[in-house]
Amino acid sequence: MKLYEYQAKEIFARHGIPVPRGQVAETPEQAAAAAERLGGRVVVKAQVHAGGRGKGGFVKVVNTPAEAREYAEWMLGRTFKGLVVKRALVEEPLDIKTEYYLSATIDRMTKRPIMIGSAEGGVEIEQVAEETPDAIAKAPIDTAYGPFDFQLRQFMTAAGFDPTAHRGIAPIARKVYEILVAADASLVEINPLVITGDGKVMAADAKFDVDDNALFRQKDLAQYREESEEDPIEAEAHRRGVTYVRLDGDIGIIGNGAGLVMTTLDLVTRAGGRPANFLDIGGGARAESVREAIEIVLMDPNVKGILFNIFGGITRGDEVAKGILAGTSTMDIKVPIVVRMEGTLAEEGRKLLEGSNLVAASGPVEAAEKIIELARGR
Amino acid sequence: MAILVDSHTRVVVTGATGQEGARHTGYMREYGTNVVAGVTPGRGGQDLDGLPILDTVHEAVQQHGANTAIIFVPPPFAGDSICECVDAGSELVICITEGLPTLDAIRAVRFAGERGVRVIGPNCPGVMTPGQSKVGIMPADIFREGCVGVVSRSGTLTYEVVNLLTENGLGVSTCVGIGGDPVIGTTFTDVLELFRDDPDTCAVILIGEIGGADEEMAAELIGSGYPKPVVSFISGRSAPPGKRMGHAGAIISGNTGTPQGKVDAFKAVGVQVGDTLDEVVHIVQGLVKA
Repeated sequence: MKLYEYQAKEIFARHGIPVPRGQVAETPEQAAAAAERLGGRVVVKAQVHAGGRGKGGFVKVVNTPAEAREYAEWMLGRTFKGLVVKRALVEEPLDIKTEYYLSATIDRMTKRPIMIGSAEGGVEIEQVAEETPDAIAKAPIDTAYGPFDFQLRQFMTAAGFDPTAHRGIAPIARKVYEILVAADASLVEINPLVITGDGKVMAADAKFDVDDNALFRQKDLAQYREESEEDPIEAEAHRRGVTYVRLDGDIGIIGNGAGLVMTTLDLVTRAGGRPANFLDIGGGARAESVREAIEIVLMDPNVKGILFNIFGGITRGDEVAKGILAGTSTMDIKVPIVVRMEGTLAEEGRKLLEGSNLVAASGPVEAAEKIIELARGR
Repeated sequence: MAILVDSHTRVVVTGATGQEGARHTGYMREYGTNVVAGVTPGRGGQDLDGLPILDTVHEAVQQHGANTAIIFVPPPFAGDSICECVDAGSELVICITEGLPTLDAIRAVRFAGERGVRVIGPNCPGVMTPGQSKVGIMPADIFREGCVGVVSRSGTLTYEVVNLLTENGLGVSTCVGIGGDPVIGTTFTDVLELFRDDPDTCAVILIGEIGGADEEMAAELIGSGYPKPVVSFISGRSAPPGKRMGHAGAIISGNTGTPQGKVDAFKAVGVQVGDTLDEVVHIVQGLVKA
């Protein structure tokens, strides 16, 4: 789960990482009032989960509350990179002397949390990694001990941070690590970490991703999901506990197992089609969840056909077939459905589907080709 | 000989009385796996179709000689269960449970590593050596004994490729599902090293997917000189960056984890990459028969 900048900064402030004074606005009036309180000259920043806001015109310094209102009026409700801006963060402007990069994330290679730092702040870290990999410092942290002071000193030196600023940055680096662990985050990123003209260190921007698997013990973070900008179908699927990812094509895909579904998307793409979604019914799905899967896929009005790719291990072919039939008999389905079924009780499943107007396919490649052909004919 | 599990494997099942645990304990025993005990805290003294249920893994190791553990306990407790199995002295710990918080996996894998215990998973289908032992949830009837080693991040794709091998008259030495999470105990390189030294394995099928750099690491190992042919398949070639495709570990972030990067890394060291699983099996067929 991704948090917004303003949510991340709330958490930073609670843990003692300095952030600019600011306020969230959902209306132009609130933006103006916030600007008034913050002294008139403010930065107004769109709250969306996308990078490049500055270049896109979605971050702006304004001089008066009236200008803040006018700009918020323009920005709120507008779409940036496909995402609707619902909130703006109104902040005091900073007197920026230096911009650094600082984050903690999970390193799959060392199987540890890792701190990443660079003196090249303010730009995407991927870009720095590509152009000047030596400008990036990395420090894997042993969770049994947390970061050692000496380790942080080495890290800051390797990152190229100004030695006179080390004393101010070290406690922030430590807190970034501590927040990662305390909040079960997969990324806590400050970019840029700003050193102001008068030598203060501050988190000017923030990215924060929480491990979805840990939300059961992060109840106070789970509340943020309410404010999140999930796609409405993804949100509904999530409420029902279905693993669904919306994509921008027109072939609905349902299968069992993440790898199999992913491969089905690949096969459809390879055959010239465009998948509308990723939907994994999981292992051992019952008929009801299969029916529900069809319902969710059809919430997307772009869907022109549905492809089932089932390889039963724990999942039983007869259960899947019953679920598909429950779907076709209770819903008014106007799109073609192709079913490819193998594995546990697949023969029983295929028998159940005989005589219905579903199209059977013997292999995944054939199934992909069939559904594309049928969907095109519509 | 095979790798990881064989006829000497003595299994303890944690979470054996849960729905999934009980069902798969039954399937494993049906297959002939030597399951010696189940563990559910508070249920010690009961039995599951004749299998003793104990309160602790330590009892299973000390009194029943368990040397391999398989974990079915729910995600909030699975990390602790891995550590309990390690502490009890199990030599191999296989975690089937999906949905562990990543930090729990990090701690458990570190705890096991310090004590020299191998963890497989979490979020994996387990390990199976056909004809000897199945310590996992894979459908046994699609397997046939043979010399092809299979290692995969995905469960269902493993079944699919094993089924194709069987249909084409080939069989499996050992099949290892390493799991779809970002932090896992055993990676492709670990399993490739085991297959390298296994006389029963003549070729390896490696099924990777987007996310992370384990496939690239595997390519590096193979590039430094690997005595057996490896054929690969990478899923997620059409996945858009930033979208998590079901598996917590299957996500392209920035420039890392892209499918093309993985395919290129393999091709650069002479590993053939199939566009479909059919293709993979046909390549293997050519290699094994030649």
